[in-house]
Amino acid sequence: MPQTLAIAWASLPGIARTTVWIVIVTVVLILCVAFLTLWERKVIGWMQLRRGPNRVRILGLFPGLGQPFADVFKLLTKEVVIPTNANKLIFWVAPMIALIPAFAAWAVIPLSPDLVISQANAGLLYLLALTSMGVYGVILAGWAANSKYAFLGALRSAAQMVAYEIAMGFALVGVLMASGSMNLGTIVRAQEGGVLSQNWFWLFPLLIVYFISGVAETNRAPFDVAEGESEIVAGFHVEYSGIAFALFFLAEYANMILISALTAVFFFGGWLSPWQGYPLLGATILGQPSFFWLALKMFAFLFVFLWLRATFPRYRYDQIMRLGWKALIPVTLVWIGVEMVLAHYRVGPWARPWFH
Amino acid sequence: MLVQILFYIFGTLLVVCALGLITARNPVYSALFLVLCFFNSAVIWLLTGAEFLAIVLVLVYVGAVMVLFLFVVMMLDINVAELRRGFTRFAWLGWLTAAALVAEIVMVVWSHGRSGLDVARTPIPEPASYSNTAALGQVIYTRFAYPFELAAVLLLVAIVAAIALTMRHRQGLKVQDVSRQVSVRAADRVRIVKVKAEKRP
Amino acid sequence: MANPLKTFLMPELIKGLSVTARTLFTRKYTLNYPEEKTPQSPRFRGLHALRRYANGQERCIACKLCEAVCPAVCITIDSDVSQDGTRRTSRYDIDLFKCIYCGFCEEACPVDAIVLTRIHEYHMEHRGENIMSKDKLLAVGERYEAMIAADKAADAPYR
Repeated sequence: MPQTLAIAWASLPGIARTTVWIVIVTVVLILCVAFLTLWERKVIGWMQLRRGPNRVRILGLFPGLGQPFADVFKLLTKEVVIPTNANKLIFWVAPMIALIPAFAAWAVIPLSPDLVISQANAGLLYLLALTSMGVYGVILAGWAANSKYAFLGALRSAAQMVAYEIAMGFALVGVLMASGSMNLGTIVRAQEGGVLSQNWFWLFPLLIVYFISGVAETNRAPFDVAEGESEIVAGFHVEYSGIAFALFFLAEYANMILISALTAVFFFGGWLSPWQGYPLLGATILGQPSFFWLALKMFAFLFVFLWLRATFPRYRYDQIMRLGWKALIPVTLVWIGVEMVLAHYRVGPWARPWFH
Repeated sequence: MLVQILFYIFGTLLVVCALGLITARNPVYSALFLVLCFFNSAVIWLLTGAEFLAIVLVLVYVGAVMVLFLFVVMMLDINVAELRRGFTRFAWLGWLTAAALVAEIVMVVWSHGRSGLDVARTPIPEPASYSNTAALGQVIYTRFAYPFELAAVLLLVAIVAAIALTMRHRQGLKVQDVSRQVSVRAADRVRIVKVKAEKRP
Repeated sequence: MANPLKTFLMPELIKGLSVTARTLFTRKYTLNYPEEKTPQSPRFRGLHALRRYANGQERCIACKLCEAVCPAVCITIDSDVSQDGTRRTSRYDIDLFKCIYCGFCEEACPVDAIVLTRIHEYHMEHRGENIMSKDKLLAVGERYEAMIAADKAADAPYR
């Protein structure tokens, strides 16, 4: 049976196989978002000496595991209120625009050694282009709702995302220099050889900058001024309710997962095992590259997202801008200079023979 | 064949969006049409195999420039009627310019003798390992290094000029000096005094 | 000047993160409410009740001290002469929406008639149910007399 299935699978045209993978990745991603919301509430609860949601069960087991589904059903059955004088077309389109880039970016992410939906050569650029488009959903939502709070939130997030995109782009330039390719699969393969030859070791400042800008790009705490509830109610999505609101929620969490996956791919060798090639562990199954490693790394970074949210108070708006322009961007520029020197003397990743 | 069909679809969309851009009454709609224009032209570039240019177009124009455009357009309260006042009076100038442009484009296409997607096609298809980005980098940093750096300096000068023109220091503003705030230590502000407990009389 | 390295690297952030990380593994204080409940003091001030004497006679003598002392003005009392010729209330209403559960009425009462019980899990489904009439208050008192008496006895040494 598995053999016939494998033969049938191989006989499918490439476009059909790709479509199947796209569907699988999308569905899994949506499920991940659902459980990420639960995990977030659990972790933040634990950090605040609470238990987190533990009432909705599945088949009477797993306290809290049914919570995301209960939330989804509630949001699906609620009315979507459209404010008077709102721009209806853009009001409806904005949540979709927010969602599309978050999902489309997964096309170029290498999930396992032989699974990537698109082997695009300019994968890194494609990712930068898509993440920069996420801001449109926010800014259009804020404008179309015809509400001052929403509009202020949209303006804040637009300025913030444009600013942090630059730091993010520069950090990725550093990754590009270390790997010599914009294909994400190649970037992962360039980090072969255990945990110390992965990019984070030589690009540590860039890792920090990248992750901080990632948190800012996704409008997560402590950079969530776009929805700062104590100042502007809920920012750009005040006027959204029901499933339209759920789409924004979905986009935000999908973006979090995406940033975690990208951090894993760019700085921690994606699907590579941390002790690949090491004695003892390297020879076992734990030394083999697989999707498991990518998932584990993503989980760790998602935890950091939640950890930051549970720990830090919200930045003031001008402090966010200062951090982006006056701290993160100079750090990346300096480190790109350092990389230049390292590359000239062929240290670290630049010592590999194929590089020159 | 598929590429040809896609080219005509996106070409038509591009023209429609461009028309929408200049006819839309709402300036925000105009800006959004412009975004769509950029997307369509990016797709057309992709079809000709210029993936780097296509993505950079989206990245820079859609991702940054148009966001700032929208930012400004949304904040301004534009009075469309006021803007349209001189429209018919100067219409002839617009038509003339448009006609000149169209004539130029037609002449270029005519001299090539080709139309559609074939204009940008190279006669020999590139191998699969060919990277547009790497090729561009090779050329920019070797043969055209000097003009490239010149352009960079020009942009830098423009940035400095823009900031110099618009930045002003107003007197009497209570702006926080962050470096001073950060460098404050507890010892500068608070003095801990030990006071002996007094005995009850 | 502060240490510039400290300013740039912000070790305080790491300290903050370590606090939350440690809290993650500590024992949680939340109670699973309907199944577990916090211990209650005998002085707990919940739903009101009117008590009777052991022989079934109403304690309340319509002195209206509770009405006078109530800071939220939620008690309304009408007095009348009852069939056995004593002074009794013909109406004793407490508006639960106005009540702030301060317990002054209980303190003011010379005959221990109005008391605040430990009942705090109650709700209303229709308009008007927030008014606790005399009948309802007496019914509460009859039903929970044992608990009320025990609470009073427990609190007595401290008065």
